Amino acid sequence: MQPFQLTIEAAANLLARRELSAEELTRSVLERVDAVEPRVEAYLTVDAPGALAQAREADRRLAAGDAGPLTGIPLSLKDVLCTRGLRTTCGSRILENFVPPYDATVVERLRRAGAVLVGKTNMDEFAMGSSTENSAFKPTRNPWDTRRIPGGSSGGAAAAVAADMCLGALGSDTGGSIRQPASHCGVVGLKPTYGRVSRFGLVAFASSLDQIGPLGKSVADCARILAAIAGHDPRDATSVPETVPDYQAALTGDLHGLRIGIPDFAAIGGLDPAVARSVAAAIGTLESLGARQVPVSLPHTAYAVATYYIIAPSEACSNLARYDGVRFGARAGGQTDLLEMYRATRSKGFGEEVQRRILLGTYALSAGYYDAYYRKASQVRTLIVEDFKRAFAACDVLVSPVAPTPAFPIGAKADDPLTMYLSDIFTIPANLAGIPGLAVPCGFADDGLPVGLQIQARHFNEETLLRVGHAFEQATDFHQHKPPL
Amino acid sequence: MNITTQEVLQVAGLARLELDPAHLHRIVSQIQDILAYMATLNALDTTGVEPTSHAIALTSAFREDKPGEHLEREEALSGAPERDAESFLVPRVIG
Repeated sequence: MQPFQLTIEAAANLLARRELSAEELTRSVLERVDAVEPRVEAYLTVDAPGALAQAREADRRLAAGDAGPLTGIPLSLKDVLCTRGLRTTCGSRILENFVPPYDATVVERLRRAGAVLVGKTNMDEFAMGSSTENSAFKPTRNPWDTRRIPGGSSGGAAAAVAADMCLGALGSDTGGSIRQPASHCGVVGLKPTYGRVSRFGLVAFASSLDQIGPLGKSVADCARILAAIAGHDPRDATSVPETVPDYQAALTGDLHGLRIGIPDFAAIGGLDPAVARSVAAAIGTLESLGARQVPVSLPHTAYAVATYYIIAPSEACSNLARYDGVRFGARAGGQTDLLEMYRATRSKGFGEEVQRRILLGTYALSAGYYDAYYRKASQVRTLIVEDFKRAFAACDVLVSPVAPTPAFPIGAKADDPLTMYLSDIFTIPANLAGIPGLAVPCGFADDGLPVGLQIQARHFNEETLLRVGHAFEQATDFHQHKPPL
Repeated sequence: MNITTQEVLQVAGLARLELDPAHLHRIVSQIQDILAYMATLNALDTTGVEPTSHAIALTSAFREDKPGEHLEREEALSGAPERDAESFLVPRVIG
């Protein structure tokens, strides 16, 4: 086995025993990037010199006995996370040459833990999309079939993990943007509870929905990354001052007595038979491990997509007002009038999907339409939150597909935004309710494309998600399959 | 209640966007489709339902009223498209 193929857990053991150096591991990953990146296009920036310097520093810490669980581990960062001195584009022309003057809190925490930051991964512009086709720079390709999308918006992150171009990754999830690409690329992805991880330095899309989380080759690896990034941060007033539990200790493998609720996902139109089959088999596996099914009902799920696509664009149009060509980012040249400068800068700098969402959000918030759209959606959001409260009174976790179909071909939905939006049906409710959700590989469609299982739990119950996902992994080998690159 | 081309242009003006006339028809028709889908929410009676703007109940986060760490001026100006030694520069606003 090559070092780049290792899980974080296995690599950390070899590093601790000094059987592998952080520099060797990082060089192996960088060589892997050179070999497969032309076919996958997962990265927007690869920082080889920075990564090697961090690896040498990690080797010094390992030699001094000052290493933590991520010291010397090569990770990637979605390009929505600010990195001091390293270009952060958010997949947008408007930030094409933006070099942040500070690190996001999660980046600061990974640096302190001694992680090696390989580079910045591709994404849908401003995290708006489900396929990474909305990147202003290039589409990322699914390592399992390079004619297909990797999912999105953290498509670069998921593809990089699947193709062994990093050992783990950070992504962000506003309506499924960690879980859906993880599912399409056959890796593990976790959206933590809203407030569990600081959003300071995460370029804002929809502030009441955005959350940063890990993608990895195993549940244990995601637990390790989450432990490093979770916790209160005074610089994010919405980060929650609750103690961070020991996530590794949650990986007991024991599911006896676990109550799993299965919402009626088959009632959602467009469910692919391979997805239905794999998820049904996964539920059987969980039962064989000691879990038992209890009936639940989430009657407002059918309204989640409409609710989300009012609330998220409303928040986005406000957040994206800051891109005005004044303080940072690109400015359209040659304008002598301030308003003309704003208009030219924003029209040239934002891509089509971002402009569409700004228009939708501005409309939904405008005088005369606020009650019909934003207020109505915020009320339905309450009904969705209440659905979850009732369900979690009866069960410990909810189990469903992550996405209704496996990865679709590049270009298949490019001209039909509404159809693209509808593919987020299973992931969006968790963001609206702020609950955590985990995607784990649970099978393959006939054409070899990965299928993911979504597990959701109550607020701040990441331990339960990780325990269930880990137990499922112990009983199956879907997460160990590698794409035929 | 569906949006007209005129309204889309008006909203674009509010959002400081200039829509490409060559694509206007397509943009309007996509937004109409999306808004028609949003109208499915009208099937729900939400009389008396409190709106949710934030999924986690948090009280205001206070801190001591003391200056904390902040960006130095040079760092704050480092990404400006146009600047002088101490300010961001914009096209002349007052004639």
